[in-house]
Amino acid sequence: MQKSLHIDPGKCTGCLQCEMACSYEHTGAFNPSRSLIKVFDFHHEGRKVPYTCTQCAEAWCLNACPVEAIKIDAATGAKVVLDAVCVGCKVCTIACPFGTINYSHETGKVQKCDLCGGEPACAEACPTDAITYIDSDWTGLERMRKWAQKTDSAARV
Amino acid sequence: MAWTRKILRINLTQGSCVSEPLNMAWAAQYLGQRGLASKYLVSEIDPLVDPLSPENKIIYATGPLTGTMASTGGRYSVVTKGPLTGVIACSNSGGFFGAELKFAGWDMIIVEGKSPTPVYLHIENELAELLPADDLWGTTVWATEATLKKRHQDPLLRVSSIGRAGENQVLFAAIVNDLHRAAGRSGVGAVMGSKNLKAIAVRGTRGVGNIADPKAFMAAATAGKKMLAENAVTGQGLPTYGTQVLMNVINEMGALPTRNHRDVEFEGARKISAEAMHEKRASDGRSHLVTNQACFGCTIACGRISRIDETHFSVETRPEYWGANGGLEYEAAWALGSANGVDDLEALQFANLLCNEDGMDPISFGATVGAVMELYDLGILSKEEIGLEVPFGSAAALCKLAEMTARGEGFGKILGQGSKRVCARYGRPELSMTVKGQEFPAYDGRALQGMGLAYATSNRGACHLRGYMVSSEVFGIPVKTDPRETEGKPEMLKAFQDATAVVDSSGLCVFTTFAWTMNDIQPQIQAACEGDWSQDSLLQMGERIWNLERDFNLAAGITGKDDTLPPRLLNEPCKTGGSKGMVAEIGKMLPVYYSARGWTADGVPTAATRARLGL
Ligand code: SF4
Ligand code: SF4
Repeated sequence: MQKSLHIDPGKCTGCLQCEMACSYEHTGAFNPSRSLIKVFDFHHEGRKVPYTCTQCAEAWCLNACPVEAIKIDAATGAKVVLDAVCVGCKVCTIACPFGTINYSHETGKVQKCDLCGGEPACAEACPTDAITYIDSDWTGLERMRKWAQKTDSAARV
Repeated sequence: MAWTRKILRINLTQGSCVSEPLNMAWAAQYLGQRGLASKYLVSEIDPLVDPLSPENKIIYATGPLTGTMASTGGRYSVVTKGPLTGVIACSNSGGFFGAELKFAGWDMIIVEGKSPTPVYLHIENELAELLPADDLWGTTVWATEATLKKRHQDPLLRVSSIGRAGENQVLFAAIVNDLHRAAGRSGVGAVMGSKNLKAIAVRGTRGVGNIADPKAFMAAATAGKKMLAENAVTGQGLPTYGTQVLMNVINEMGALPTRNHRDVEFEGARKISAEAMHEKRASDGRSHLVTNQACFGCTIACGRISRIDETHFSVETRPEYWGANGGLEYEAAWALGSANGVDDLEALQFANLLCNEDGMDPISFGATVGAVMELYDLGILSKEEIGLEVPFGSAAALCKLAEMTARGEGFGKILGQGSKRVCARYGRPELSMTVKGQEFPAYDGRALQGMGLAYATSNRGACHLRGYMVSSEVFGIPVKTDPRETEGKPEMLKAFQDATAVVDSSGLCVFTTFAWTMNDIQPQIQAACEGDWSQDSLLQMGERIWNLERDFNLAAGITGKDDTLPPRLLNEPCKTGGSKGMVAEIGKMLPVYYSARGWTADGVPTAATRARLGL
């Protein structure tokens, strides 16, 4: 089954467990400033929104890269940066409409969500299921189920 | 090892910022945060120092678990000599600032001296600099945070600052970080103000990567999170209702201090309860509560984000208060509401916003308003003196007094001195509902005997967070005890106080202990930190911290005579409720408590106790 990250902002409490898990997975330290998922707090609306790469099928970053440093992980479908190839030119960061691929001055490479090779640490760490890793063809299933439950035929007696 | 092993020492008189190594021998004895910062403070200042003089110091300290994936591991403490109490002050805050300080590579900041002009401290990893804050002086916490983020072009900056209350040295001024999380009690904000230090703005990108045993740590942290999720209080009650869930519970027990502790039941409790926060308002069809909010790393998420009714008199002409914002916690709802007999939930939220915006402790502020209302009720304070009518129950008076106090206007200057000084000033010191100068929080010490003893003996004056006997007397955690019973309470309180000192020194939030015991906390500390952190050594450390604080307080001039409650709680019985007819039996419990602590009959740690604890 092809899976993808599914984000439900309404459930997010802003605890940043996901940011810590992500940075720990990728750098070995708890360090939100190196997290590839970011949680935004729209304070006066009372909304928190976790945001990261949604792994476009036609990925702008991948298409823009002049040295072919971004590859598709066949198992997960993730667009993955090959550190050995990336020259840090940042063209992909210009191409990506969502801002989810960013340069790191510490490594001199770009970085983005790679789905942790198929076991996303953020989804694992999230205490509220605001981030889940589910069947990419049926991310709407849960919402459909909720509406289905409310739906009935008027004729039923 | 989880510590960064580095302290940032700021001398405001000289304008210097110096890095120094953390005393690891002390860390092995005091862990971090409350314990370790207290050790530094008592070693560096004269206990008789004037809290608002340059000779006092103020310490911002993280714990070893701050900035880790341990649930709630984001806390920091502010430790100083408190201006409200004249004893050691240690105020703990959540939010995101503490973790950021750790990520920047610092366990602790020690601030000494006094700057000749207003400054703020800017930290970006190892770089620390004092910058002019003349333009920030006179502005609120919220304005300060917004200005600094803009100035440093850094939306990810975390800011801890004082508002006008701290600048004006309101004796219960708080230090507020992340807009509405506060190191709230004992007037730590006034100390910052006395030093001309407006704010600390920090950005850390180094992270915490030096866990002693990462694998064991992740396993222990994950197990801990699972327990919090499965526990009824931490998994459901707190996230859904927040701490305000206590309002109806405590009221029904007849343990809700009302109108400056005249009564123990409040007829308006339901209207200011957590349940009321969920109800839809008639005016706009929306509920007060918008959502809950977690502090850094917290999988409980008790924080409230709420919205005031735009048509309420307090905000109808002020759209800047219409958005979602930090909401009421139980203690604040009680102090602003029940303590004054005010049952207008919108007014409570507004006063609470002002406390956040200008950095005031809502508990001490609200409780002082209660004292002022009683003085007014008795005809001792007049409308002319105050500038307005302040009968019990007046929402308008509550809102107006909040503004006047935060801004240091008129009678607000007097109110900002706290209940003890206000009552003394008008010749009725016995009407001050305080211990060691600090106002009570939201549980009546007559109705909950153990809590009464906790107030009398707390090292920072009246406080619920030094030994939360409510846990046993109301919730039955870890065992249910009869709130009216005094037997066994002193010993239990000692155990609570020592264990709490451990939690407060670790970087964790004390609310975890609704679900966690030392069995759950110890493995997280042990896996993160090098050294021996067995349960025995941790609990002994808690006891060591308690005695260290006590020693400081004794040297600062308090005696066993100060371990008491106001005459009202000792002599005037509860009028109604489950504890009707009862007074606080401190006289019965205190000698037992002293002996359980290994103190003399006068409340002084004996030489044997000191030796046993390595003091
Ligand atoms: S871990 Fe979940 S609840 Fe916490 S900030 Fe991330 S998405 Fe939100
Ligand atoms: S339980 Fe509440 S106060 Fe404690 S860390 Fe979590 S959100 Fe913050």
